Amino acid sequence: MFYREAGQFKATYQEDLQAFPIRQDKIGIGIWLAIAYLYIPFFGIPGLEYGFALNAIMIPVLIFTITTIGLNILVGFTGQISLGTGAFMGVGAYSCYKLTSYFPDTNIIVLILASGFVAAAVGALFGLPSLRIKGFYLVVATLAAQFFLEWCFIRIGWLYNFNPSGAIEVPQREVFGVIVTGAAAEPATRYLVVLTILVFLTVIAGNIVRGRIGRSWMMIRDMDIAAELIGVRPLRAKLSAFAVSSYYCGVSGALMVFLWLGAAEVESFDVNHSFLYLFMVILGGLGSITGSYMGAAFIWTFPIILKEVGKRVFDINPIVMENVSLVAIGVMIVFILIKEPHGLARLWQLVKQKLRIWPFPH
Amino acid sequence: MGDIIYGIFADPFVQMWQMPDFLMQVLWEGFVSGILYALIALGFVLIFKASGIFNFAQGIMVVFSGLTLVGLHALGVPAWLALLLTLATMYALAYSVERLILRNLVNQPDIILFMATIGLTNILIGMGQWIFGGETKTMITKELFLPSGSSVWEPGGGLVIFQHIDIAAAVIAAALIVGLAFFFSKTKVGRALRAVADDHQASLSVGISLNHIWVITWFAAGIVALVTGIMWGARSDVSFSLQIIALKALPVLVLGGFTSVPGAIVGGLIIGIGEKVFEIYWGPLFGSGVEGWFAYVIALVFLLYRPQGLFGEKIIERV
Repeated sequence: MFYREAGQFKATYQEDLQAFPIRQDKIGIGIWLAIAYLYIPFFGIPGLEYGFALNAIMIPVLIFTITTIGLNILVGFTGQISLGTGAFMGVGAYSCYKLTSYFPDTNIIVLILASGFVAAAVGALFGLPSLRIKGFYLVVATLAAQFFLEWCFIRIGWLYNFNPSGAIEVPQREVFGVIVTGAAAEPATRYLVVLTILVFLTVIAGNIVRGRIGRSWMMIRDMDIAAELIGVRPLRAKLSAFAVSSYYCGVSGALMVFLWLGAAEVESFDVNHSFLYLFMVILGGLGSITGSYMGAAFIWTFPIILKEVGKRVFDINPIVMENVSLVAIGVMIVFILIKEPHGLARLWQLVKQKLRIWPFPH
Repeated sequence: MGDIIYGIFADPFVQMWQMPDFLMQVLWEGFVSGILYALIALGFVLIFKASGIFNFAQGIMVVFSGLTLVGLHALGVPAWLALLLTLATMYALAYSVERLILRNLVNQPDIILFMATIGLTNILIGMGQWIFGGETKTMITKELFLPSGSSVWEPGGGLVIFQHIDIAAAVIAAALIVGLAFFFSKTKVGRALRAVADDHQASLSVGISLNHIWVITWFAAGIVALVTGIMWGARSDVSFSLQIIALKALPVLVLGGFTSVPGAIVGGLIIGIGEKVFEIYWGPLFGSGVEGWFAYVIALVFLLYRPQGLFGEKIIERV
């Protein structure tokens, strides 16, 4: 009744190629943006304590959404499975740390965005084997990246400025007089910075994916030999996918350390995190940017909700709850894979289709 | 610069020449850990051959079976009964995996099945910690009549120590592999398994029940996991960190090929020995800890030249 595009005509090619061709979708996105920019930074999430809502839910979810979009470009759009995401985020974080110590006066947001390029270079380097191998063999190649880079983060003292603790600690930095990083930064400021970067990167990813480069990625995914025959260069397509994907991962890694954790060691970038991000991509929906938002939000908040419910309603001790939530996440993943292998994004699509003909389905 | 070249190309060999007994010790240690890698890889290969599923949960199955065995014994169950009950548990696991997961995911893309086994990994980790607790446990070596102690061999004034448990591990692994080879080539079920590995639809058409075969394959992988769990538990302890070590089976598989049983064994030995030798003789140049990534990098370099592995079938692609 409300979600119906009857009467909305497209008179030009431009209108036909819009990201959101339906008026209701535009309004919907506007509402989401308004909530994200105008409500959450001031009031948090209804029913939750303000600091908890921002620090433990909103900021990490937004950061992981960037990671998920990045990984989705690689896994969902190009069809190359990667288990090195954690390490690529680490590359972003450590290079941002090095950049701030070399250029302490430069705008920190510029440095965060710049550190993504280091991650992109490293990602493209480790993407080279993908030209020869694919599938699970590529998983091994990316695991090599994961473990090798982890080792670098521990052994190469230069990366953490020979800090005896081995951790990178975030210095305090201001942008236009507002403290953005460090312990003194307000949660709302950090949230808004992360949100703005996420929106910016989403727009870029959405357009790359719709355009020529994105279509060459999808051709490689669907059948690489056929793509090669019709003139897609695998070298360029695969390496650009690795580079763009790692750029996103690198930026999210830098954001994770600088705007969320405040300090990080190598444990924040280990292989278990790589699995977590892969879950976000798969549950959200392979090859869907909307799905990346849903996957990241779902995988991050589900254990938190479970823990809170266990504590408040059933009064279960937190250690038991930890294990219960592990089992529950496992069951949930298997269940969603069985019920909807195309992820939450597909569910959302189905809901929209149903909504179109509601309330008269015939 | 000269020092570095000397350190890479000359010094390790000089050391090997000067202390042959130490070299032998290193080779032996590498051999034993290689056998354990090979056992984990064997579990992967069994399932991959029969169902094309890359079973990420093999590592946690090793931990889980070890924990079940130790946990049952801690409850006062005699060792032999605990062993039988653990086998029963592994069968129940295989059966429920087939019933609840695989059967519902037939014909899905590989990555979905792979993710499902990661989900299974989560379930098993959670259940293992829930039931048995997260702390490390000691394997019941004595109750299972596994030897302890060590022998010393002194070739020409040197000193090489062989732990008896390591010798037992090598022997048992060999027996297991021979047993599996016999099972695959001589028994009816084994031949059915190979038929399924070859072609799902053709084997369905001659009356082989895929579901039944999958249960058997997962049970076989469970038995391999149990043996690995006992052996690894006897050498170190039964703990969840073993799960990360089990990822080392991946480079082993890459070296040996995903579908080859002998490949898994040779690959395991190459990785095990190569890793130890590199760590001891070349590791100091990099500042130790190279064991973590050496296997993967070897596999990566290897992949560039031979993507199908040592014994894998040639990959043919058609449009």
